[in-house]
Amino acid sequence: MTATTANHDSAGSADSLLGKAEPEVYRVRRGSKGTFGRTNWWTTLLAVVLSLTVLVPLYFTVVTAFKTPEELATSGWALPRSWSLDNFATAWEMTSYPRRVLTSSIITVGATVFTLLSNSMVAYALGRNMHRPWFRRLYYYFVAALFVPFPIIMLPVVKETALLHLDNEAGLILLYVVYGLAFNILMYTSFIKSIPEELEEAAAMDGASRWTIFWRIIFPLLSPMNATVGILTCLWAWNDFLLPLVILTDQTKATLPLAQYVFQGQFNTNYPVSFASYLMAIAPMFLVYVIAQRWVISGVMRGSQK
Amino acid sequence: MTTQTATAPRAGDPQAVSHKIRDNKAKKVDPAFIWMLVPAALVFTVLLTIPLLTGVFYTFTNFKGYGDWHFVGLTNYKNLFSDDIIWGSYLFTFKYAIVASILTNIIALGLALVLNSKMKARTFFRGVFFVPYILPVLVVSYIFSYLFTNNLPQIGQALGWEWLSTSLLANEDLAWLAIVVVGVWQSVAYNTIIYLAGLQTVPEEIYEASALDGAGPVRRLWSMTLPLIIPYLGINMVLSFKGFLGVFDQIVALTSGGPGTATQSISYLIFKNGFQGGEYAYQTANGVIYFLIVVALSFAQLRFTQSQERV
Repeated sequence: MTATTANHDSAGSADSLLGKAEPEVYRVRRGSKGTFGRTNWWTTLLAVVLSLTVLVPLYFTVVTAFKTPEELATSGWALPRSWSLDNFATAWEMTSYPRRVLTSSIITVGATVFTLLSNSMVAYALGRNMHRPWFRRLYYYFVAALFVPFPIIMLPVVKETALLHLDNEAGLILLYVVYGLAFNILMYTSFIKSIPEELEEAAAMDGASRWTIFWRIIFPLLSPMNATVGILTCLWAWNDFLLPLVILTDQTKATLPLAQYVFQGQFNTNYPVSFASYLMAIAPMFLVYVIAQRWVISGVMRGSQK
Repeated sequence: MTTQTATAPRAGDPQAVSHKIRDNKAKKVDPAFIWMLVPAALVFTVLLTIPLLTGVFYTFTNFKGYGDWHFVGLTNYKNLFSDDIIWGSYLFTFKYAIVASILTNIIALGLALVLNSKMKARTFFRGVFFVPYILPVLVVSYIFSYLFTNNLPQIGQALGWEWLSTSLLANEDLAWLAIVVVGVWQSVAYNTIIYLAGLQTVPEEIYEASALDGAGPVRRLWSMTLPLIIPYLGINMVLSFKGFLGVFDQIVALTSGGPGTATQSISYLIFKNGFQGGEYAYQTANGVIYFLIVVALSFAQLRFTQSQERV
């Protein structure tokens, strides 16, 4: 993937160097043909129509969360008569929302931070020693985990975490860090290979130890990959349902998605309160997304190319 | 790479010092590297390899998840093949994964083409279409569950469509379609992103050249864009297929495997019967079969990716 982009880049710069006169011609053509350069209103219109498939369910979630059950029964699509926060207050208490947010945050932040620190370090140690057979074997050992679907290890892992007293937030954090390792190593090592080793040799001559080199030089240089791995881990840990469902034995430590599941069984008739709860479960990540949209998309885009 | 081509240190060479460092590296491993790897390798082994091995071990027993057990050889595997519930779950999962992957990729490719065009507010629309990806599957499924049970039947009744006038989720023949809708709604976002990345590798010059030659938009799409992003199509199909094979959250939230056993996916069945049905060993054997399918798929993907990279 990197090779093709690199080629493409060089080809592009070569073009701009060679053909100084040509853009004029293109510009005339562009203007007359209208395919390039000018706003395409047809695709814009199409995008507006298509975006309804995303926006309508979201609109529906929001208006339902503000209605009373009676109001919902008579007017499914209409706006609520009053924007009362009663449903949210009820859901807040029923799900012990602050505690859920805290649990989810601890798990997400813990998983993300430890993933960034440990997985990059593992990838660095592997990436710099790929010419040694044992390191290469270890690399394949880690990466092979990509092929292991969770259902096959689900039952033994649950037994084991219970045995090791890891059926809690700490255990979940550890599992996210370990289960992300295979993919993250792929992400990091390809990037580490592109960092010149001369940089490290220079630092070594100045007396820097391997650890210093890693934390002071390599880790900061890994920033683009750190962003990608961080975003993907964050989304995964925050939204995941299956792992908390099977690992967390203490119901009071439920995560946000897990709380929706528990909640559903108890209160499935009161839809407005459920929807208020869904909205509250979605809200934190949604806000982060609205603020950091550009980085999230570009981060995921980088990850998707691996 | 440079380390391997480095030659032995020569006296008087100003680069001798750096050569010496390189040579040392070639011979001796910096202990720090070992320390960076050992903890990870240990935790990885404890939390992934050992569960995998114990899981495989138990498939040769009649372990229920509790109590006594003894070896039964390959009985679990033999029984899997004559078990209608297992066959049903594989049939459903594959049907779901095939239909959902095809739909997801058609829609995502179309959407990526739209978003890649010279449209207004492109960044805004990319942001909107990506929203489903950041939402928890479970919550999305609950929201759609309500739409399927309450809103869609209203529309169905108003239009006089019988199949839509009751909840899709309660319909044994159509419940899987409802799950497809939710699965596709959510995964289109990610696949669109991959296609957008692919479309960006297509140099604009070739479009301009073809426009000069008089090729219309359809012609350009068919004979230029598509062939150029075929590798992305291949990767996307395999990745989404693999993803959809593991469908779990949607099943829990939408149908709980019902009506009857119509929508029991493989992972849902392993979860449900493995934990609650006393079929620990048996369902783990099911997991092993599922694992083998995923491995086969992954190798197919690898072969495909390599064959594309050689071109």
